[in-house]
Amino acid sequence: MSLSGAKIIQPLCIRYPDMPVISDQAANCNTTSTPFLGSTRTLRRIQSVSAAQRRPASAIVAVADVVKEKKLKSNKNHLLTKEEGLEVYEDMILGRVFEDMCAQMYYRGKMFGFVHLYNGQEAVSSGFIKLLKKEDSVVSTYRDHVHALSKGVPARAVMSELFGKTTGCCRGQGGSMHMFSAEHNVLGGFAFIGEGIPVATGAAFTSKYKREVLKEADCDHVTLAFFGDGTANNGQFFECLNMAALWKLPIVFVVENNLWAIGMSHLRATSDPEIWKKGPAFGMPGVHVDGMDVLKVREVAQEAIGRARRGEGPTLVECETYRFRGHSLADPDELRDPAEKARYAARDPITALKKYLIESKLASEAELKAIEKKIDEVVEDAVEFANESPVPSRSQLLENVFADPKGFGIGPDGRYRCEDPKFTQGTAQV
Amino acid sequence: MASIFQGIGAATSLSSSASFDTKKLQFSSVRSLSGKRASCVVMRSGGVKMDSDSNRIGGRGDQLVTNAVATKADNPASSTASKPGHELLLFEALREGLEEEMERDARVCVMGEDVGHYGGSYKVTKGLAQKYGDLRVLDTPIAENSFTGMGIGAAMMGLRPIIEGMNMGFLLLAFNQISNNCGMLHYTSGGQFKIPVVIRGPGGVGRQLGAEHSQRLESYFQSIPGIQMVACSTPYNAKGLMKAAIRSDNPVILFEHVLLYNLKERIPDEEYVLNLEEAEMVRPGEHVTILTYSRMRYHVMQAAKTLVNKGYDPEVIDIRSLKPFDLYTIGNSIKKTHRVLIVEECMRTGGIGASLTAAITENFHDYLDAPIMCLSSQDVPTPYAGTLEEWTVVQPPQIVAAVEQLCR
Repeated sequence: MSLSGAKIIQPLCIRYPDMPVISDQAANCNTTSTPFLGSTRTLRRIQSVSAAQRRPASAIVAVADVVKEKKLKSNKNHLLTKEEGLEVYEDMILGRVFEDMCAQMYYRGKMFGFVHLYNGQEAVSSGFIKLLKKEDSVVSTYRDHVHALSKGVPARAVMSELFGKTTGCCRGQGGSMHMFSAEHNVLGGFAFIGEGIPVATGAAFTSKYKREVLKEADCDHVTLAFFGDGTANNGQFFECLNMAALWKLPIVFVVENNLWAIGMSHLRATSDPEIWKKGPAFGMPGVHVDGMDVLKVREVAQEAIGRARRGEGPTLVECETYRFRGHSLADPDELRDPAEKARYAARDPITALKKYLIESKLASEAELKAIEKKIDEVVEDAVEFANESPVPSRSQLLENVFADPKGFGIGPDGRYRCEDPKFTQGTAQV
Repeated sequence: MASIFQGIGAATSLSSSASFDTKKLQFSSVRSLSGKRASCVVMRSGGVKMDSDSNRIGGRGDQLVTNAVATKADNPASSTASKPGHELLLFEALREGLEEEMERDARVCVMGEDVGHYGGSYKVTKGLAQKYGDLRVLDTPIAENSFTGMGIGAAMMGLRPIIEGMNMGFLLLAFNQISNNCGMLHYTSGGQFKIPVVIRGPGGVGRQLGAEHSQRLESYFQSIPGIQMVACSTPYNAKGLMKAAIRSDNPVILFEHVLLYNLKERIPDEEYVLNLEEAEMVRPGEHVTILTYSRMRYHVMQAAKTLVNKGYDPEVIDIRSLKPFDLYTIGNSIKKTHRVLIVEECMRTGGIGASLTAAITENFHDYLDAPIMCLSSQDVPTPYAGTLEEWTVVQPPQIVAAVEQLCR
């Protein structure tokens, strides 16, 4: 496990990488409150455990125990049904193939600027977002293509946006780092790290407001905020953890800890690298999960999203994951140890899920191949669509600056600038 | 600093004269403009514009009132129907506007530090939390960047938050959210999300508040595309602009001034909403156009009194809309007077005056008989000492001297 590279003194509470936080071994069985994440009171115990006592990363027994008690799935032996398995698999394949195609298109000069690919982290996106309803919201960072795809934004719309075409989900005005979809409640797409977290907090606030002030009694919409390990050192992160816990907002903070913020190793940037611990400091549960295993992520996500939906407040989930490519397509990626990359490549989440589905007889090789083929076609079609789409015309230049274009003001002739015919042509002086 | 309340003749309501808490002076001298017909546009509650002869004025269809200084205190056209209106202080006018909008639309909410139980640092939100609850008038922790971002996220999802900066200067901490998200999200999302927030708070140079509490952020925010900025200066326009800002689908920054909260004025009883993009004619004149906003309006009007006694006839316009500029009202004035003086509280470098100078030069150069003069605050962190502070902002004698120079 890559974190063992540094000598980490165990802090006040135990936390095994793949086990939920529990007060003592027996307590997780019978409880009225959720045993899985516990409450903050269980986290006060002082115990020191040396690194040697940590379970190996691949043990999933403990999580499965908890899951079985909760009877999440009707299938008594498997962690998810066949339909769910195929859905998740398809989503992950879509993410991977799409991102690979982005790399190709970038090097062919179809898209420009900063493009950040998600290869290797698909388990987090699929594990979480496939559990959401359409009305739930997702807020991401610049590494947002796959979050948008998982949430339901069509591949065509995302690819067109990347090509800068007017048929893109943001009319070509946002680009790779600003994927938005009002229909699918994807609230961005942000270029500066950390600035999406308050927006996510606001969306969660609205959900609570709708329920309590506007009396929409069944409004239980949840917001997921995705961000990285680098962001977990940013002020906005802490400020929002505080507010979300204070007001019990229906939000899940998902840290995609891929250990690297461009070239800055997480261990070199963070005084205490275990990010999940920052949750309890603010009064919410903090959970660590193996982000390369979509089933584990899904189980944690189920609980965290359920908590939020029930009005029990926020959760901080740290997913240990890895990006197979560089930070962006412009990153030469020279600082990361090839051995580390190889270790994580061996834990490729798609390969792992495929293996699980086949071994547990939930799907056949042929079915999975069919999905892969289908996705290939979807992505090819997206590229074709984007290629053939028109570039934005000049008239689009001034259109969306203001929701109410009167904001451009009154010109010397007494008319509003937006009433000038040249405004719609994009050539008006504003 | 009590001097700002002396000799201020501006900010008249439609019916009776303005009075001020401290000095209670009437300024009939300013109003005795010979041969001037008061052009009063009365806004009926139905939103139909009439001129003083009750002729309907076409136009933008927005509810507009232009404040003119009434020539006679009992000008019948300037009284709004049969209601005499009610008197209140500027902060109460802001609250009244806010409350009316909260009553009207349940999605309107307030968030900021001490806006709830404390009632706001300048009491603009007093009583609202008791009436509407702690969620609708939200006391936030001290985290400007995050709660501004939270307001933006809420706005994207359908609410209409009013975000208060306890002092405008604190919004520097929220610059990330204001610039990136407030200004840009509507555009980068291709028009999918609108951000109908109002960001408001007290700013400007106060009474020895020190450098950091005396900032004028309008100059920093003016370049951000996608936002609008307005500055209120009277109870009448404070209420009207507050309501307009809340109803606008654009993000609007409403600049209030720390020293103006206790101005008293009589405002109409019936509902009115002002136009965010329009400037306000404070005092029509012939010789020189003086463009100003916020607190400097009062310094200008004080100087105007002196100028009138010296035989000048300044036209004073409160530009109100700092971004975008109302080039129509400003232009018409320049075409009449051919001389422009800008009086502002912003710093000299890169302030609103600098932008206004550029805009006027670009658009109305041919109409100018003299170079544009701009009086701004010194490029100095506002000192604590009273004397030094007085010298950093523009004072009425400087305005008088500037006009005299312009009109030579």
